[in-house]
Amino acid sequence: MTVDPTPVLRVTDLTTRFNTQDGTVHAVNGVSFDLADGEVLGVVGESGSGKSVTMMSLLRLIPTPPGEILAGQAIFEGDDLLSMDLGDLRKVRGGKVGFIFQDPMTSLNPVVTVGDQIVESLAVHQPGRRKAMRLRALELLQLVGIPSPEERLRCYPYELSGGMRQRVMIAIALACNPKVLVADEPTTALDVTIQAQILELVKGLREKLGMAVIWITHDLGVVAGLVDRVLVMYGGQIVEDAPVDEFYAQPRHPYSQGLLASLPSATSRGDKLVNIQGQPPDLRSAPASCSFAPRCPHAFDRCDRENPVLAAVSATRKVACWLDEVPVLVGAQSDETAKGQVGHGR
Amino acid sequence: MLWFIGRRAAIAVPTLVAISFIIFAILDLAPGDPTSHLPLTIPREVREQIRESMGVNDPFLVKWLLWVKQVMIHEPISLIEQLFNVQIGSGERTRVISWQSRGPVVETIAERLPQTTWVMGLAFVFGILIAVPVGVISAYKQYSVFDQIGTFVSMVGYSVPTFFTGLLAIVIFSVKLGWFPSYYDTTLEVTDWSSFVAQIKQIVLPVGVLSMFNAAALSRFTRSSMLDNLSEDYVRTARSKGLKEKRVLVRHVLRNSLIPVVTLIALQVPGIFAGALITEQIFRINGIGHLLISSIHGGDIPMVQTLSFLIAALTVLFNLVADVVYGMLDPRIRYD
Repeated sequence: MTVDPTPVLRVTDLTTRFNTQDGTVHAVNGVSFDLADGEVLGVVGESGSGKSVTMMSLLRLIPTPPGEILAGQAIFEGDDLLSMDLGDLRKVRGGKVGFIFQDPMTSLNPVVTVGDQIVESLAVHQPGRRKAMRLRALELLQLVGIPSPEERLRCYPYELSGGMRQRVMIAIALACNPKVLVADEPTTALDVTIQAQILELVKGLREKLGMAVIWITHDLGVVAGLVDRVLVMYGGQIVEDAPVDEFYAQPRHPYSQGLLASLPSATSRGDKLVNIQGQPPDLRSAPASCSFAPRCPHAFDRCDRENPVLAAVSATRKVACWLDEVPVLVGAQSDETAKGQVGHGR
Repeated sequence: MLWFIGRRAAIAVPTLVAISFIIFAILDLAPGDPTSHLPLTIPREVREQIRESMGVNDPFLVKWLLWVKQVMIHEPISLIEQLFNVQIGSGERTRVISWQSRGPVVETIAERLPQTTWVMGLAFVFGILIAVPVGVISAYKQYSVFDQIGTFVSMVGYSVPTFFTGLLAIVIFSVKLGWFPSYYDTTLEVTDWSSFVAQIKQIVLPVGVLSMFNAAALSRFTRSSMLDNLSEDYVRTARSKGLKEKRVLVRHVLRNSLIPVVTLIALQVPGIFAGALITEQIFRINGIGHLLISSIHGGDIPMVQTLSFLIAALTVLFNLVADVVYGMLDPRIRYD
């Protein structure tokens, strides 16, 4: 995959907090990344690592209050999404950046027909005659592979299966030919065969339409088959940024290693699954040290004093870790010693 | 849907018969004598004859069935005759006769109904017009100053009874300020501008008090329904499509939030006809509520029975209407 060198989206130092009754939750802490034109970027991490909040912050879709975007820039086509006025941002939402959400069961309005929900998006960004927009909606349903689309246009969401609803969500997100498609765990709520279908669909659509895709997931198998580059998030920060093949061959951050090691394997039978010991970090205090340090098998004193910054370790990779040379675990799944190392913590 | 309505209407008939039995039985057990307000000089035997002629001494079942026949068959036919100026059959049939006025109860009810529907209907409409916007804004700006004030006012409005707010309004606006009359004059006919102004003036206080009371509960209900829907995923989807906030709110959130609210509103419609028992007393509106109270005082059992039954029948009817409206607003509800 050749990647255009000028990014379509450049995010710098994005910081989002939630001011809740229990205190301030530091959900996203200084996240920076680039998204190249036509690139598929996978964002992985545990629940609560800030993947979704990061992406929703970009379009300011987090509820404010309690959410608050404290700092950062998100340059999209030369303009900062985080500081532009709401009217301009609305042109980007749905027009240039399409969003697919996790749960297709609840993400569609239950009392509005599928056709009207697609047309609604068209009416905002590409207003035209109603008939023409209906026709475009029909075309979109065909594009996402919905059988007998004429009938489906008049259906209510409850009349469709989960997979079909997610296809409708994709049709809505793609309605106005966006430059970027953000997919927030779009297959999590679906069963495995439907997951595969949706994955294939997005793959095909990306090749056909050429938009960049940000795919949020916690399924590393999905990442391997779909994405060009991986961002690993932990505790509201990006801890590793690597091309997908290099990431699988040689994860650099101890957390990435742990993630890969915990994948169940087809070759080692009867063993207990490997896990990363400990709990995800409490985000109620601002990170002053490496947030992974308490769970890291390689942690040393500097990790408790300073929070590592995301730094380039090669032309294509960035890692946020104080270890100069992280022990390399090649083929984490088959290596018994690697499992032991990562699994036991400290 | 038609099948559903037909089935529900069919079920309504035995329901109404059962209701009529309960109402009739309870009131029949109540102490009271139709001759008690006649002069004491009437001899005992004559009194007994009057009772006999009124059918008071008939067995309970006979009295009940006769009444059911009169209320459910004779009165509707008479009503149709009057409305369309036709004669059905011989035109001779027994009617439910008031013990007080000695005339058919239905005619008295028809006299009283306009005052009640006029005041209650306006209060109902204004109540909705106030409650829905207040509920929507309160939910959208949750915990804002507007929401806090709205919450306070509706809590007060709901918990303070209308006989208090009504009297308070009379004391302030009629006695102290002299802006509005303290009672509702039902003999006033609107013929010209000044009588129209007088009509508006006398209706302000009762309608105001009642619509505040209606709005209080309804706005709370709208608010909580809005809050439930505002946090739904599809609202985020709507925003992610680039829709304006107003459209997100009206087309997506409000449309879903109104489903339970409209049901509640439909269930309140019988109240328009049933009248306000207490408020009508305070403002001296001689409507249905007033009629019911005075009939209870006067021991006019046929009137009380018929009024109670009419209110019950309307409640059954609007329950059905609420279900139908619910099905029309929410495509997920299927009745077949």
